[in-house]
Amino acid sequence: MEPKAYILARESFEALLQSLKSRGYTLIGPTIRDDVLWYAEIQSVEDFPIGWTDVQGPGQYRLQKQDRDTLFGFTVAANTWKSFLFPPRLLLWRSKRTENGIEFEQPTRSIPKLALIGVRACELAAIQVQDRVFLQQEFVDPEYQARREQAFILAVNCGTAAATCFCTSLGTGPKASNGYDLALTELPDGKRLLIEVGSEQGDEVIQDLPVHPAKPADLQEAEQVIQNTVSQITRELQTEGLQTFLYAQYENPHWDEVAKRCLTCGNCTLVCPTCFCSTVEDRSDLSGDLAERWRTWDSCFSLEFTYLHGGPIRTSAKARYRHWLLHKLATWIDQFGTLGCVGCGRCITWCPAGIDLTEEVRSLQRLAHREVDHAKS
Amino acid sequence: MAPAQRPDNTLSGGPSPWLPQKGTVVSRQRQTHDVITLGLEVPGTFSYHPGQFNMLYVHGVGEVPISISGHRTAENGHTVVFHTIKVVGNVTQALARLKKGESLGIRGPYGSAWPIETFAGNDLVLIAGGIGLAPLRPLFLHVLEHREAFGNVFLLYGARTPADIVFRRDLEQWRKRFDINIEVTVDHAWAGWYGNVGVVTKLVARAPFDPVHAVCYICGPEIMMWFTVQTLRERGVPDTNVFLSMERNMKCAIGFCGHCQYGPEFICKDGPVFPLPKIWKYLRIREL
Repeated sequence: MEPKAYILARESFEALLQSLKSRGYTLIGPTIRDDVLWYAEIQSVEDFPIGWTDVQGPGQYRLQKQDRDTLFGFTVAANTWKSFLFPPRLLLWRSKRTENGIEFEQPTRSIPKLALIGVRACELAAIQVQDRVFLQQEFVDPEYQARREQAFILAVNCGTAAATCFCTSLGTGPKASNGYDLALTELPDGKRLLIEVGSEQGDEVIQDLPVHPAKPADLQEAEQVIQNTVSQITRELQTEGLQTFLYAQYENPHWDEVAKRCLTCGNCTLVCPTCFCSTVEDRSDLSGDLAERWRTWDSCFSLEFTYLHGGPIRTSAKARYRHWLLHKLATWIDQFGTLGCVGCGRCITWCPAGIDLTEEVRSLQRLAHREVDHAKS
Repeated sequence: MAPAQRPDNTLSGGPSPWLPQKGTVVSRQRQTHDVITLGLEVPGTFSYHPGQFNMLYVHGVGEVPISISGHRTAENGHTVVFHTIKVVGNVTQALARLKKGESLGIRGPYGSAWPIETFAGNDLVLIAGGIGLAPLRPLFLHVLEHREAFGNVFLLYGARTPADIVFRRDLEQWRKRFDINIEVTVDHAWAGWYGNVGVVTKLVARAPFDPVHAVCYICGPEIMMWFTVQTLRERGVPDTNVFLSMERNMKCAIGFCGHCQYGPEFICKDGPVFPLPKIWKYLRIREL
């Protein structure tokens, strides 16, 4: 069965946002902050980056005003939705010193009911990757679970691609295929939005809106938007046989070459929508009677990450970059049954040295092949 | 939209897996100048398998993974779980300073265990280096309890010096038995030491076990485990009969924090005990 599809007039988009608000959702959507696109709490369509687009490249990011009043005329924001489902800082519990020894206390907090407005197909895939990490293993992260189960997802099919995008190589985009409540495509005339329904909750919201069923011609038009975006994507990551190849590359000399450029700043891990590593902080008040344990995002690029008695395990930049890349593209598959990369391109854009993992993979392949050729000759 | 696959072990509304329970220090036994065994009382029964570990938290200081080195049932029906801790950092130092009656946080048990049930009838070789004897101790106690189920049993232990030998009293007791072979060696000795001197692999090379039917359990520094594996291979012990306990930085022990990754393995949940074939290829990769 074809998913239900409707046409909503662009000027009624605000009605969609307000319908979600009236259902108790806090809206998280695209805004502009510090000259970048940023997902944050929004109140209305007024907060949208209307007419703005992003120009991304290795180590580069610029916003540009377009001559069209697009709602979603950009690709992905600098930050990721994981900030809202897997908070960067979270109080895990408190420990209190009492007359009867220490007592543990779990904080009680209300979990926000979030509507994520404008989730791209690659980002939706990333959320599904984190679902596997936090919900589908032996242990379940209750904080993630509570936020995730309540979240409403309004996906947006991409009408444009950045130079850093490579979702097509990973099969994650540019069209959202499942996991959304509603998926929206901005049609080229700038006046109509095609909305596909992906869940009962999505269907209920649609009932509030002045929509009419989409005609085959509308669907074709939306499909043309997707095809146009696909044709803009030039970056590529060859994934066939990649895991096996990478497992044999622990000693590839190219890691030394990357290490000359990598600053081990950890930007790539913080902007990555799938990176899930965390650390803990213990803090106490001045009396020492009350202590708290906080969880914060962590990066495998820090030295402390592998600290063991005697010192860190991964001391060199080479070892840390190797761990990160191999995790994304090889070991992740063994751990969670999927790649750890969705092709959003953020790690390329936000690397201050412009390191591009797709390019590094090609360099590894080139060097490996050269060695094989040497061995043959 | 909510995730499609809902796992069965949903903890919605339940306690967070990060939350420790309270344990009380009921005994302190100094093993060496930098190793201490704490007896921690926890309410009710505490079931675990030899080789598993707990996360121990000291109020305001931090939390570390420590293997379980034994247990006993207290008169009040509660369980006393033993942890043998080497002081290497600030949390282990704070643990070692805890006094009787003081409390701490404990959660677990976590991780994989030494496989033993399937090896009835085999020769068993337990090989430990330094504090690595701690996670092997409950396995050894299990073997002693079911001694008739196994072939020859060996415990080969290497310590840095005679003063670094842990579980000295246990070793002395066990040596009195005629149905087990215990060999201890030290890297550096001094006057008054009449035992073996040299690395533990020397003991492995000459212990009279049947290599083809021996099952080996190893815990110690990585370099010691590497050379032990070499010796076992030379003797013809099949890789599938060799098990190692690994260690990495760990913040959560429940597969979330990512710190303990070792190639594709999470030491916290896939390990700490691994069959050799599973991690063989990673053992010699530097900075993995």
